[in-house]
Formats: sequence, C-alpha cells, structure tokens
Amino acid sequence: MIAVGDQAPDFTLRNQDGEEVSLSDYRGHKVMLVFYPGDFSPVCGDQFSIYQEVKPEIEATGVELVGISVDSFFAHKAFQEKLGFDTTLLSDFEPKGQVARAYGSYVEKMGFANRTLVLVDEEGKVAWTYESPNPGEFPGANVIFDALS
Amino acid sequence: MADLSSAPIPPVGPDDHVRGAGEEGLIVYADLGCPDCAGAWQRLNEGPGRLVFRHFPVKSKHPRSPALHAAAEAAGLQGRFFEMVDSLYADRGRVDDPHLWERAERFGLDLDRFQADRRAEGTEARLKRDFRSGIRAGVAGTPAVFDACTLVAVREREF
Repeated sequence: MIAVGDQAPDFTLRNQDGEEVSLSDYRGHKVMLVFYPGDFSPVCGDQFSIYQEVKPEIEATGVELVGISVDSFFAHKAFQEKLGFDTTLLSDFEPKGQVARAYGSYVEKMGFANRTLVLVDEEGKVAWTYESPNPGEFPGANVIFDALS
Repeated sequence: MADLSSAPIPPVGPDDHVRGAGEEGLIVYADLGCPDCAGAWQRLNEGPGRLVFRHFPVKSKHPRSPALHAAAEAAGLQGRFFEMVDSLYADRGRVDDPHLWERAERFGLDLDRFQADRRAEGTEARLKRDFRSGIRAGVAGTPAVFDACTLVAVREREF
C-alpha cells in the first residue's frame, strides 16, 4: 500500500465517456481515489450508491471522488447508468491494473484492486489511505468524512 | 453542513418508530425500496423484544425509496406507520402514487392530510435525520441491524 507522504503516482486513464483523465489534472484540488474490484458487483454497487447519497457533502469539503477499477470505460458507463450515480470512473484496463499496482492496491490472485481509498492533496501527495480487510467490505461514507475532518 | 463523521447510532428516542414493547430489541436501518429488506422484514418482526425502524432510503439505487419512506412517515403521523411499512414490503410491485393513496384509504387515513404530510419539510428532515445517523454509524447496505449500538447483522458477500 502506498504510504502517506509519498508522491502519488501520476496516471492517465479513460473515464466513463472515453476521455483521458490524468491525476495531474486535479493538481490544486484534493481528490479521493476509490479503488474497487469491479463494476456491477453487489458490494461495489452499494458502495457507489451510498457515496452518491452524500456526494454533495463530500464535494462541499473540496474533495472530488474518483473511482478506479480494471473494467473498460464502456462498462463504467453502463454501471453508472444502471445505478444512477455520477462519480467519475476511470478504466485501469490496459495494462490491466497498472495504476492499482502502483498504489499497492492490486490483488494478484483476484485479478482486481482491493477496496482502497487514497486521499491525494493539492500538491499531489498522499495525505491518507484506507484499505478494506477484504473486498466484501467497503468503507462507509463516515470513514471518508473522518478523513476529511 | 451536517457532520457525517463517525458516531454511534443515537439511542432510541420518543419519536422513533417502535413496534413491540420492552427496553431490549433490535434497531434496523432499512430501505423501503430494497428487496433484501423486504425479504428480511418478517424475520426481523419475529425477534424477541421491540423493533425500531429507521429510515435509510438510497435514492440512486431505488429511485422510489424517498417517496415510500415519506409515505410511511405520513402514515405514522396518523398512527399507521408499521401498517404502511408492512404493506410496502408485502407488495413491492405497487409503489406508485395511486397505490399509496389506495393504501392510505384502506388504513382509514385522512387522505388530504396524508398528501400534505408526505411532502412536508418536516417529513424530509425526519428522513434525513435517520439517514445521516446511519451514515455516521457506518451503514453500508440495508438492512443494517443493530443490537443496542452494535451492528450485528449485515449481508455477507464476496465482493
């Protein structure tokens, strides 16, 4: 797992609309990277649905949520539409899981990222991290607010 | 802005929705649009002691949920909260407004008052209060069942 104080590895990935997004695009703003196993899994669906309910309160703290999984951007778009949420999702698709590996979130035997939160500050440094004990559990939104308070 | 950082669930208060008697029992954060909650509802009601219902509508996943919770709250203001909840869980295919009006009439509610109450600011505030207390307690899916202030039952899933 990447350590607090480290420079967050930059990356460029496609979002749910196929547009390229780089971590450096967020320089000057805080961003919470939400690594998750995969679109349409039951727990991932609940995770983004719950976060959607408190998204205005999260954004009011000056933080943007960005989800990252190994799915294609086409799957990301369908996942968003199916569950009615609008958190940006990035596709860590090829090379598969490269960004998740760089952040120490990738689970080799599973072939996807564990459920991990990484808060990147305005200067691009890792300010806080959280890793779930297993992919079947996701950090409640309260964990995000604890990190931001 | 509301504080949504971690906090234990609030103790049972006089305006909580409580079924059954006694000081012991379960507190459930439930979504009236959630099929898993509907499936668990009967078992939850068979437990010993009282059952406390708290609103946890997840709109993005179940778009009708806020309307259903508001209807239950409005029915509660006329003493028919759990009748509405039972009915909504028992017949999940009939949750549009005309179905809610039909239920209100069946329960003998004042329909004009029901209509006003389910759209009232106080009702919305009541739903938000419960929802936010669930968020602060780490509710990450429904039904989330607490015994006293301890989360005792969640759905176990692989990922």
